[in-house]
Amino acid sequence: MSIDKNTVKKVAGLARLRLADAEMEKYAGQLNNIMGFVEQLNEVNTDNVEPLPSPVDMPLPLRRDAVTDGGDPDTVLSNAPEAVEGFYVVPKVVE
Amino acid sequence: MTQLIKGETGEWEIVIGMEVHAQVIAKSKLFSGSSTEFGAAPNAQVSLVDAAMPGMLPVLNEYCVEQAVRTGLGLNAEVNLESVFERKNYFYPDLPQGYQISQFLRPIVGKGEIEIDLPGGEVKKIGITRLHLEQDAGKSLHDQHPTKSFVDLNRSGCALMEIVSEPDIRGAEEACAYLAKLRMILQYLGTCNGNMEEGSMRADVNVSVRKPGDKYGTRCEIKNVNSVKAVQMAIEYESRRQVEIIEDGGVIRQETRLWDPSKGETRSMRSKEEAHDYRYFPDPDLLPLVIESAWVKQIKETLPELPDEKKRRFMKDYSLPAYDAGVLIAERARADYFEEAAAGVDAKLTANWVINELLGVLNKNGRTLAESSIAAKQIGGLVALIADNTISGKIAKDVFAIMYETGKDPAAIVEEKGLKQVTDTGAIEKIVDEVLAENPKIVDDYKSGNQKVFGFLVGQVMKKSGGKVNPGVANELLKGKLL
Repeated sequence: MSIDKNTVKKVAGLARLRLADAEMEKYAGQLNNIMGFVEQLNEVNTDNVEPLPSPVDMPLPLRRDAVTDGGDPDTVLSNAPEAVEGFYVVPKVVE
Repeated sequence: MTQLIKGETGEWEIVIGMEVHAQVIAKSKLFSGSSTEFGAAPNAQVSLVDAAMPGMLPVLNEYCVEQAVRTGLGLNAEVNLESVFERKNYFYPDLPQGYQISQFLRPIVGKGEIEIDLPGGEVKKIGITRLHLEQDAGKSLHDQHPTKSFVDLNRSGCALMEIVSEPDIRGAEEACAYLAKLRMILQYLGTCNGNMEEGSMRADVNVSVRKPGDKYGTRCEIKNVNSVKAVQMAIEYESRRQVEIIEDGGVIRQETRLWDPSKGETRSMRSKEEAHDYRYFPDPDLLPLVIESAWVKQIKETLPELPDEKKRRFMKDYSLPAYDAGVLIAERARADYFEEAAAGVDAKLTANWVINELLGVLNKNGRTLAESSIAAKQIGGLVALIADNTISGKIAKDVFAIMYETGKDPAAIVEEKGLKQVTDTGAIEKIVDEVLAENPKIVDDYKSGNQKVFGFLVGQVMKKSGGKVNPGVANELLKGKLL
């Protein structure tokens, strides 16, 4: 798979990154290098091999349903650039 | 009962699939220990996990898994012993992680089906495609400030079940019946309170149209359909819109549309289109969820009797008509109330009193069954008094009104007010004689062949006795004396 400038533009858009035209060329090259490296994996025959969702061989830890957290809005909001009456305040986003 | 719409080129069939988001009843969130209670002060129920602070890790709530399995079993669906949580990536201010933890390729519950009840007693099966667990987002308020949005993360991280149906639904009526039945099942199971006003249950509706027998048309997904009424209106609007476009030679574009309840129309959500590339991948913070079949079996044993089973049992064991059984099982508490009331007394009579009188008066006063001043056993007591002829049906209505006002036992009311039906024939005969003596002209009328006046005489006897005479006995005695 080869990554062109348009793909970089699309991925950057999805990741909310603003890139100049020249940067897109640069990143297309770099991303192609990375993809090329990873594509070596295609040389391995994986027929009859189950996908491995995690390399860690242990069960998923679960917790009991109990309220053990929350109740501290001041800490939660302490890094917010702006807060009013317990709410985070952000630039207007509306459909 | 397929609902067709008439276009200029003939009839069109509406094809609908639904995605219902149901908030799981649990004390704490899906991946954190903060509370899920509704109505708290902003950001008061937010942990650092919910706020997506760097380095915070999600730990799955075991009870939410149990609730999803219970729901799957209630939807007659297969439970997948291994499922995987994935990240669904998109940006929005009320989604602090920048992704929603959801399930995609391997959901916890697979194919199932439910029966919906249509007018005229028709029953139709609707397929369930899947049910998966996912996090809810926070809430944004856009009307507090001219240039800012306010964000509350209390709902962020609450557990949702997304329940997806097959495109088996044809028309608005079936869609509403599906939603009503799904809500009833969830409420019976105790896995979601089904409250659409509070947003605990939300529906997205996929609508397409086709000529009957054709392949499926292109569908549009309608969001923000937050009441049963809105579901109906949105489907009617959207299907009509699609038919008009196609008949004018246009093509339907697959897109997400927003239902606008104030304008009564759907409109395109372009911003959603651009962001539609969610780039799902397995969440590296979570291992695959593996559950034991023994545990699933254990949960199955705790399932309550579900609405369809209960309805069939009510019809069989209590010999109730389908309509009565349907009304009584609509809520689990209502069904329990009826069963307690009907214990040892005439079931059909009890059903009549519960449905027509009790639910009627509660509805009129805007009260729920839980707020009723009449206990189930007291309704049973009233029915028993009618059945053994202690009081007539007419007097029973007066007794019922007093019961509703005071919460007193029916037997005590009858005793106190002296409402006992007169069964002593001697006493009734006396009243009959009085009535005959007071109405000589009517008696003559009757004897000269005017049968219609007989009812008047019975009425007079009833009136004189304060309604306490058994009308059957009064009839017989009158007839005997008029011979």
